[in-house]
Amino acid sequence: MSRRERVLWILGAIVIVIYALFPVAWILSLSFKSQGDLTDRNFLPRNPSWDNYQEIFSGNAKDLFLPALRNSLGICLIATFVSVVLAMFAAYAIARLDFPGKRLILSTALVVAIFPAISIVTPLFNLWRGIGLYDTWPGLIIPYLSLTLPISIWTLAAFFREIPWEMEQAAQVDGATSWQAFRKVIVPLAAPGVFTTAIISFFIAWNDFIYGISLTSTEASRPVPAALAFFTGASQFEEPTGAITAAAVVVTIPVVLLVILFQRRIVAGLTNGAVKG
Amino acid sequence: MSTTTMPPTKAPKTEPKSAPKGALSDRAKGERRLGWMLAGPAFAVMLLVTAYPILQAFYESLFDYRLTDPDNREFTWFSNYAVILGDSIWWKALAVTLFITVVTVAVELVLGFALAMVMHKALKAVRPLVRTAILIPYAIITVVSAFSWWYAFNLTSGFVNTWTGLGDYDWFGHQWSALAVICLSEIWKTTPFISLLLLAGLAQVPEVLQEAAKVDGATWLQRLWKVTIPNMKAAIMVALLFRALDAFRIFDNIFIMTRGNNNTESVSFLAYRQTISRLEIGLGSALSVLVFLCVVLIAVIFIKGFKVDLASARGER
Repeated sequence: MSRRERVLWILGAIVIVIYALFPVAWILSLSFKSQGDLTDRNFLPRNPSWDNYQEIFSGNAKDLFLPALRNSLGICLIATFVSVVLAMFAAYAIARLDFPGKRLILSTALVVAIFPAISIVTPLFNLWRGIGLYDTWPGLIIPYLSLTLPISIWTLAAFFREIPWEMEQAAQVDGATSWQAFRKVIVPLAAPGVFTTAIISFFIAWNDFIYGISLTSTEASRPVPAALAFFTGASQFEEPTGAITAAAVVVTIPVVLLVILFQRRIVAGLTNGAVKG
Repeated sequence: MSTTTMPPTKAPKTEPKSAPKGALSDRAKGERRLGWMLAGPAFAVMLLVTAYPILQAFYESLFDYRLTDPDNREFTWFSNYAVILGDSIWWKALAVTLFITVVTVAVELVLGFALAMVMHKALKAVRPLVRTAILIPYAIITVVSAFSWWYAFNLTSGFVNTWTGLGDYDWFGHQWSALAVICLSEIWKTTPFISLLLLAGLAQVPEVLQEAAKVDGATWLQRLWKVTIPNMKAAIMVALLFRALDAFRIFDNIFIMTRGNNNTESVSFLAYRQTISRLEIGLGSALSVLVFLCVVLIAVIFIKGFKVDLASARGER
């Protein structure tokens, strides 16, 4: 590679990094603006302060934000756990066993993945009110499975196909019981795939908005994205900008941490699941 | 990765080679039972959370039914559909949705390809940095990204008007500029997904072909057009299909930025407004069914019309 080309590609990389981080930097900057500076239309805060963070953790917005954060974490973790467990069994069967219906399961996952959430929300709204699931955790966990299960099945099936299953038998020949062989040989090989799938699933559940605003009504189950949309200022003349941006930064931090720690795996999981299946 | 359509009943290629086939019919039977035992629950849950709601939505769409007046529930056949299809609001929302879909997917394809090229060629030292950066928009909540762009273009808090010298131009007060910002936020958020798929596609273009074309004196553009793109057609089509279906369902950004005002309502937003805000279950359900049918139609057009073979592109290699 010539020197000129090298410089060009580095420039390209810098442009990408700025492009990707720009809105994040902007919301971070807003969150550090003091109440009076929020409308000064500057990119950077003049008098940086922690006021907005105080507002959501111990101030007026506390009762809106903290329950929402708890709901989001609880609901998303449970939905992720359930879909990864279900997908693990399904993906094992798809990768390891020969049975008719494999393609049916994969195609169903594909259809579910393209299903518009709004077409699920309308009937559930009515049904959940009838059977008491409206505004409850299970009332969100169940529809979240329509978001997390398909991608979990595809991603895990892709990972499991790469596992050299013959090694299990080799271990058995060497005297291990089948459970030992499975646990000692297959589980360590499968663990990274399962972990990656869980992260991707979690991102997707964490991102949901439409179920969150449609199937909840109080802090009993309303997740963060929905709560953000319903934030109100301390008075009706005050824009809740500070609280919204601080809350936005707080829910973005775990996502950014996961991305930084596991970027290589996430990319592998996403592209394997999507392109190789 | 081949692009030819697969015969439907062929045994999958990537089977574990452990079990000799044919001789062990008991074993085959056992595998069949075990397979469904393991995969059955996931399959059942998927049906439960999609097939059941859509059937229910279809059933409810046949009634004139409002939660504001729950005692007057009347079976009216397809009159809800007739009302919707006869109303310009539906057609306007459909036009807005298709506009957003076409614009965002087209821009994302070009931008995503450029990003993928840079990542493909990026020096080893900067690659993890670029990869991390590109994953951040993918992983950030759409609502947060929508808020960020909304505040940026907002008259009272945004820096965009100051930077561009536009003074008091109200971006969200006009249909075209509001749609432009909505598209911008959607593009920012979802381009990484396309570029990651295209990056995987780029990695599968045989280097030998590139070299051969280079030796034959092909220019960079010729190589791109004749070697690179044809060899990653499957990845491009899959990315296009998924993004098109995804963009058509757009909702979050519109809710946050305009609440559907100034003619920026998408079809999903329209269905939401009718059902959840106005409690018109019958009409809302009919809208949900129509959105579903549109998505199916788009998928069919892609799969039949453009011959996207999902089995080979997404499924068995």
